[in-house]
Amino acid sequence: MVKLQIEHLTKHYWLEREDRDVLALSDVSFSVEDGEFLAIVGPSGCGKTSMLNIVAGLLPYEEGNVSIDGKKVTGPGIDRAIVFQHSSLLPWRTIAGNVRYGMELQKRFDQATMKERTDHFIKLVGLTGFERHYPSELSGGMQQRVNLARALAADPVVMLMDEPFAALDAQTREFMQAELLKIWAKAKKTVVFITHQINEAIYLADRVVVMSARPGRVKDIFKVPFSRPRNLSLKRDSRFLELEDKVWKLIEEESEHLGMVATL
Amino acid sequence: MKTETLVQPQIKAKPSARPRENFFQKHEPLILGGGSVLIVVGIWEAIWSYTDWISPLFFSGPSAIAKTFWTVLTEGNLLADLAFSGKNFAIGFSIALVTAVVLGVIIGWYRRIRLVLDPFLSALYAAPRVAMMPLIIIWFGIGMWSKVFIVFLSAFFPILVNTVAGIRNMDRDLLRAARAYCASDWQIFTTLAIPGSVPFILTGVRQGVAVGLIGVVVGEMLGSSEGIGFMVAYGGQTFQTDTLFVGFVIIALAGILLAWLAERLERRFSRWRPER
Repeated sequence: MVKLQIEHLTKHYWLEREDRDVLALSDVSFSVEDGEFLAIVGPSGCGKTSMLNIVAGLLPYEEGNVSIDGKKVTGPGIDRAIVFQHSSLLPWRTIAGNVRYGMELQKRFDQATMKERTDHFIKLVGLTGFERHYPSELSGGMQQRVNLARALAADPVVMLMDEPFAALDAQTREFMQAELLKIWAKAKKTVVFITHQINEAIYLADRVVVMSARPGRVKDIFKVPFSRPRNLSLKRDSRFLELEDKVWKLIEEESEHLGMVATL
Repeated sequence: MKTETLVQPQIKAKPSARPRENFFQKHEPLILGGGSVLIVVGIWEAIWSYTDWISPLFFSGPSAIAKTFWTVLTEGNLLADLAFSGKNFAIGFSIALVTAVVLGVIIGWYRRIRLVLDPFLSALYAAPRVAMMPLIIIWFGIGMWSKVFIVFLSAFFPILVNTVAGIRNMDRDLLRAARAYCASDWQIFTTLAIPGSVPFILTGVRQGVAVGLIGVVVGEMLGSSEGIGFMVAYGGQTFQTDTLFVGFVIIALAGILLAWLAERLERRFSRWRPER
């Protein structure tokens, strides 16, 4: 069953600084199945953040169609939750208060259910014992766990993740990737994960959408052939590295092409 | 003996061992701060008592101030003056706090109201409000209400300006997150704008306390028959330098106390902030 459907999505921007129209997304189409983990990978400027904002309902679009469970996206909705790149936690709320926050705003659950779900998802992301801490007392990796718990607690149909580990150091990032897979296996959510790291996309996802830059369009969509559960050691496997290399070349072509344009 | 000297560096090198503080290190701020005060007061008192370098007309000494303090406390009306000033300050400051926070929230939230009021607020914020005291005496007379009003006027603007800044200083990332979770304008107001502006409001309170104190003292000096400010002014006009000093010391102590309270309040509401 298709959960998220994007058809012929095109997005123009008016670039004030250069006084010209910019094509950010051009005829993007793909769909995400129920329970699927889809990663979107592309160089910076490929419009992947624009696309996520459109799906989240934070950015309007004119051409094409975006729908969730067959319903057209026209604004933010309770069927989506975002895990942001910057944890965007309320600094004056405790961890428990932050995990509650999304549910509170969406007004879907009563007090008792909110309490129960808060406890459940704090436990799921491994933050039991930190309920009464403030975000400033937590490391970057732990803050992203709270970010994740907040999104999961809101019980979305589709969970959108906007480069959630990009700001973490390399070791923490690897560890969090493995953690995310464990949590995802338990939470059974449909995920759209945006990243500029090819190996992150391959390691995490069932399918990977490769995007090209300026204008952003879908260059390739492929299935990741590795079975689950996946270990971090998979990243050192020769088949993994081969696949990574293949995607690299796809994106590299693109940047070379861009480089040429710039010198013309 | 030998083994002891061998063992000791090892203990020191242990990273988990909490460095031992002796009595002096532990209480260093108190010892140095209090000590310097005692020494200065001691030298001052010695010069005052044992030399004739200080004329009682132009200056005073610690023992004379203490004696006068005791006299005005037991025989004079120090307590009445203190109550008068304290009451005026408390009433004026409370009105300022409530009105400035409410108005500041409205001005910060509604852009158009801010644009309309901004020129007036900027002018009044920049001008020293105590300069309006003669006018205020014409309006309210020399009784308590002119002092209440000058305290109100003094404290109002710092609290207002800081509250407006606090409401406007909303984090864009947090706003985006709230919007993504379907937050209404009202929810954004109550969950982001208000809690986020609390530290700003408390900064305004701290500034407001300082200028409010100046307001009450200057107000009483310019036109009053009661209060600590009047006590200082009267002491000066009648060459009772000791009385003047008693008033001055009380004002200084009140300033220290209020600043300390404001700081405590700020810390209480900033528990979530990273350690500075």
